[in-house]
Amino acid sequence: MKTTDTPPSGSSSGTDDTSKVPAQRTGTGSKAPSAPAKRGEGQVLNVFSHGMLVVWAIMVVLPLFWAVMSSFKTDTDIFNTPWSLPSSLSFDAWGRAWSQAHMSEYFLNTILVVGGSLVGTLVLGSMAAYVLARFEFPGNRFIYFLFVGGMSFPIMLALVPLFFVMDNMGLLNTIHGLILVYIAYSLPFTVFFLTSFFRTLPTSVAEASIIDGASHTRTFFQVMLPMAKPGLISVGIFNFLGQWNQYMLPTVLNTDPEKRVLAQGLVELASSQGYKGDYSGLFAGLVIAMLPVLAAYIIFQRQVVSGLTAGALK
Amino acid sequence: MQHGKYRFIIGFLVAPMTLYVVFVIWPFIQSIYYSFTDWTGLSPDFKMVGFDNYTKMLDDDIFWKSLQHSVLLAVLLPLVTLGLALFFAFMLNVGGRRTKGAAVSGVRGSGFYKIAYFFPQVLSIAIVAILFQFAFDPAQGMINGTLKAVGFDDVPDWLGDPKLALWVIMAVLVWCTTGFFVVLFSAGMASIPKDFYEAALLDGASRITTFFRITLPLLWDTVQSGWVYMGILALGAEGFAIVHIMSVGPGGPDYSTTVLPLYVYQSAFRDGQAGYATTIGVALLIVTLAFAAIVMRVGRRERLEF
Repeated sequence: MKTTDTPPSGSSSGTDDTSKVPAQRTGTGSKAPSAPAKRGEGQVLNVFSHGMLVVWAIMVVLPLFWAVMSSFKTDTDIFNTPWSLPSSLSFDAWGRAWSQAHMSEYFLNTILVVGGSLVGTLVLGSMAAYVLARFEFPGNRFIYFLFVGGMSFPIMLALVPLFFVMDNMGLLNTIHGLILVYIAYSLPFTVFFLTSFFRTLPTSVAEASIIDGASHTRTFFQVMLPMAKPGLISVGIFNFLGQWNQYMLPTVLNTDPEKRVLAQGLVELASSQGYKGDYSGLFAGLVIAMLPVLAAYIIFQRQVVSGLTAGALK
Repeated sequence: MQHGKYRFIIGFLVAPMTLYVVFVIWPFIQSIYYSFTDWTGLSPDFKMVGFDNYTKMLDDDIFWKSLQHSVLLAVLLPLVTLGLALFFAFMLNVGGRRTKGAAVSGVRGSGFYKIAYFFPQVLSIAIVAILFQFAFDPAQGMINGTLKAVGFDDVPDWLGDPKLALWVIMAVLVWCTTGFFVVLFSAGMASIPKDFYEAALLDGASRITTFFRITLPLLWDTVQSGWVYMGILALGAEGFAIVHIMSVGPGGPDYSTTVLPLYVYQSAFRDGQAGYATTIGVALLIVTLAFAAIVMRVGRRERLEF
């Protein structure tokens, strides 16, 4: 409704300016002859590109909107009238998904796994990165490239032997085993990113604290880590999204129904609700799973975007 | 500075290194070794078989299909995703030209677009896959429901149609990855000095010229790393997740959507051919490294400092 108004108004003002700006700025008539031709080109381009922007926005938002609406509807309404608003606001399906479909347990498992991995990744990653960035020792470059090289290896190749390694260590189908694997596979990017971040921090502060009698360990935790906070936030957001997104690792290494994380639980829910025909329950499950992160993103979107892009543009 | 330096270095490296070597490096080395054995994964006994697995792989039709689909994803997906993202980011940052103060600005509502486009990135890949699995459901999904409502009776089978299934999967991957790159490129474009645009504007450059002569060259490094990143995702985790959840089978119908990581997974954990699975995994490793090398090589330009 709102979106359809935007392209015509936006485009008309846009084209006028396109032709005016050069003429006004140059203050000579030299560019004038090309102006009419450019206006025509600009007009078509404007309508087309504004249209594309609007279409993409609709394409992104509509499926999410559809899922939210469907979670309030009855199953027959979902299919017969996909675009009508739900007749009443009933949270029945949400309740079914939360308790009967074990969404609450999956949620808890996911929070444990992602929370534990995130803290572990940041602590271990920053320790390794700090040493690699700030200290000269034999093998420094080798270790650095060992970590960084891990970014381009296909994880699936390692997962076949890893499954059996973890089975032997008794870590298969355990939450703590999964946390260790998440940390290990998050280290390459984390070390890569934080190493370049620690290199940009001034050396004088660390030297001063050593002269004052602090140990290297104490300097790291009390001086360097607080200074590295922006970098830790960036890489933390990156890892949170990556670990929250993770599907391949739990699918292979965590096959116990009790220990399922959200992604696995939803896939299970999708196939079982397909048989039971409880589609509103399924959509409610999907919405429950996507709302917290979506809400957190909308609230903190400025920080998320600046954190992420600061990381990737380095 | 030297006091206890090595003790400190070792103390700080030992935990991350142990974890990394045990869970990442060691399995990689093992899997290359296993690719020369007839290990089933079910029993601890196996013997060396030389290159048998590799010759078997070259005669395996499903392997060739998986390889073909993976390569197609790695080539087309970055092209479409990055192309769209560059276009959107340009429109949102430089596309609008209003004279109020700044010489360049985004189109109207660019703040809203930037927020909305990023939505798919914060949804888990599994949620996206399930959502679209139901949206593309031939009888009851949102897409065919809409098509029928506007008068198309002969609606496609989408994921059930061997000719369409892979394209549906590719479209979903484009849907969920474009937003991240729009945001990334937007940040890159914001760091390009405004004077460049003003100068181009004074010379009467059109928006298309501005894009190809100023924005793209100055953003090239970011585009290139985005390209590698996207290709690795398509060849690895993201491609696996979408195909594994969405496609019929998974990998079907009639192997029309199978990709290399999925075939590795199925050979190892469904067919009990762990040795053979690692052989396909080695092929995947070669494809991934070749892809990264080609992009870095083809994409090499003179670095522009600004």
